[in-house]
Amino acid sequence: MNVKDASIYGLMAEFDSAKELVAAAHKTHAAGYQKIDAYSPFPIEGLAEAIGFHKNSVPLVVLIGGLIGGISAYALQYWVAVITYPVNIGGRPFHSWPSFIIVTFELTILFGGLSAAVGMLMLNGLPMPYHPVFNVPEFARASEDKFFLVVFASDPKYDAAQTRAFLNGLAPRMVAEVPS
Amino acid sequence: MATNTQIPVADRRVPVIAPGHTFSTIGEKISNIVLSRPVSLGWILGFLIVFSGMNMLMVALGYLFIKGTGIWGINIPIGWGFAIVNFVWWIGIGHAGTLISAILCLLRQTWRNSINRFAEAMTLFAVACAGLFPLAHMGRPWLFYWMFPYPNTMRYWPNFRSPLVWDVFAVSTYFTISLVFWFVGLIPDFATMRDRAESTFVQRIYGLLAMGWRGSARHWHRYETAYLLLAGLATPLVLSVHTVVSFDFAVGIVPGWHTTIFPPYFVAGAIYSGFAMVLCLAIPIRRIYGLQDFITERHLETSAKVMLATGLIVAYGYGMEAFMGWYSGNQFDSFLMWNRLHGPYRLAYAALLSCNIFIPQVLWLKKFRVSTGWLWLISFIVLVGMWLERFIIVVVSLSRDFLNSSWGQYYPTKWDWMTFAGTIGMFLTAMWLFVRILPMISIFELRTLLPESQVHEAAEVKQ
Repeated sequence: MNVKDASIYGLMAEFDSAKELVAAAHKTHAAGYQKIDAYSPFPIEGLAEAIGFHKNSVPLVVLIGGLIGGISAYALQYWVAVITYPVNIGGRPFHSWPSFIIVTFELTILFGGLSAAVGMLMLNGLPMPYHPVFNVPEFARASEDKFFLVVFASDPKYDAAQTRAFLNGLAPRMVAEVPS
Repeated sequence: MATNTQIPVADRRVPVIAPGHTFSTIGEKISNIVLSRPVSLGWILGFLIVFSGMNMLMVALGYLFIKGTGIWGINIPIGWGFAIVNFVWWIGIGHAGTLISAILCLLRQTWRNSINRFAEAMTLFAVACAGLFPLAHMGRPWLFYWMFPYPNTMRYWPNFRSPLVWDVFAVSTYFTISLVFWFVGLIPDFATMRDRAESTFVQRIYGLLAMGWRGSARHWHRYETAYLLLAGLATPLVLSVHTVVSFDFAVGIVPGWHTTIFPPYFVAGAIYSGFAMVLCLAIPIRRIYGLQDFITERHLETSAKVMLATGLIVAYGYGMEAFMGWYSGNQFDSFLMWNRLHGPYRLAYAALLSCNIFIPQVLWLKKFRVSTGWLWLISFIVLVGMWLERFIIVVVSLSRDFLNSSWGQYYPTKWDWMTFAGTIGMFLTAMWLFVRILPMISIFELRTLLPESQVHEAAEVKQ
């Protein structure tokens, strides 16, 4: 029987190195914890997989953004040059597609690039000025040289005492409660 | 603890980061330049000088807006004077920043991590300077928005078949994407700055910019994908921008402009001058702020090699222009070459050949590639040479076209020079502020270069 405390966001374990964090994340995930997250000062290869994160929709967002940019740029030029404002220059065709390629290309890049940045931030839920993990004073070094693993209280397997014991078994520097 | 801080040097080259650094010393060294280093007298004096340069630009532009482009030396047949020369020069300088940040990122050239941040800043400031010139050259700059397609009461639409309209799209996209790329790269470093800042005010500012970045593994995963995709998008973009700029010339029929070699030749020239500017900035900055640990001899030497290579492509371009002048049998093309060598601008052409082709050949010798003084001087010479190249392309071609009756001569006025020098002031003012306000080297990317950041053995301990 799990005892849930609404004022607790989760349990945080602090590690000294990237290797320890990845190993701990693997073990925690393998132990059946689903709602976990790991924090590090720089991207670590394989860490996202270790906490069971596989779905990454950023490429799809960029693809859609780029396609919208490219198609709308070409459509706009076609509409302007052929339908609404045709200018006859020496009898050349109105639909002179080679000269439309550059603007189409540029707007594909523009929309694709903006969707990459905005999409990444929105999927990450940023900007988010407040987050419970910042309540732990040691977490200030998550952007410096320390590595953190958090098991959220919302995890079905979470139990204040058992989870703490499990995290202590991973040989962290410390385990702290994260107030929400 | 990250006690083992020795970096194994696999090869005999100078390492990208000097040995002895840990995750926290990297953050400390870079962020302290902004957070705790006192403002020195030298910085203030330098700032006053470059800021007066920027004010000179304001005066020159203010007078231009009152009087019109008649204050410049331009007239028919030479309607494209300094404004276009400087536009092409500045935008070319910007190219090295994107090359370093995007192309070298895709090619996994990790040495780029120490110089990409300020090279990208350089790109932004250079493109901002470049953008001023076509606006000022417009005559009625307050109507610049007429270039964009939008429904208007004149029932007019831009001509999408014109290279000048392509330019609007290329340059504005380039600026926007460079800004986005730069900002995305800064987000994790803003978080480091936020956590290191001591005063609440500074903490709030960086906290606001970091947008709550907390280094979550999920965030990093999406972040890296987005960054890689941005690099992938910026790579064709940077190659396209100077290509489109070269179309402004190549699509015209003026001798010396109407050639198919222009796009690759312009792109190579852009990277050439851009690396020269990177070196001109990096050499003094690393000395003043003691960043020799992060911007090592290897960075300078590699940049010098890139300069040498792109310089040779540019030399090939000059050679081809001369060859085609002879081989085409076209009297106007061959006259153009004769005019460059013997005409009224022959001194500029001779200086161009010396600055861009002959002098930089000393970079074949290692002695010049590793000596900061020599390298700075050669980079400066290349910058001058590349400016002269644009001057020759724009002015010499226009001054002698097909009919003798429409020949002319161009003399820049003091307002031309003030505007040009003023943009250098504006560029340096922005750099001056940048090094004191933002982390000028990417902290998190440098950290990934330390061996402790690698987890290959740990990844095998899967259960």
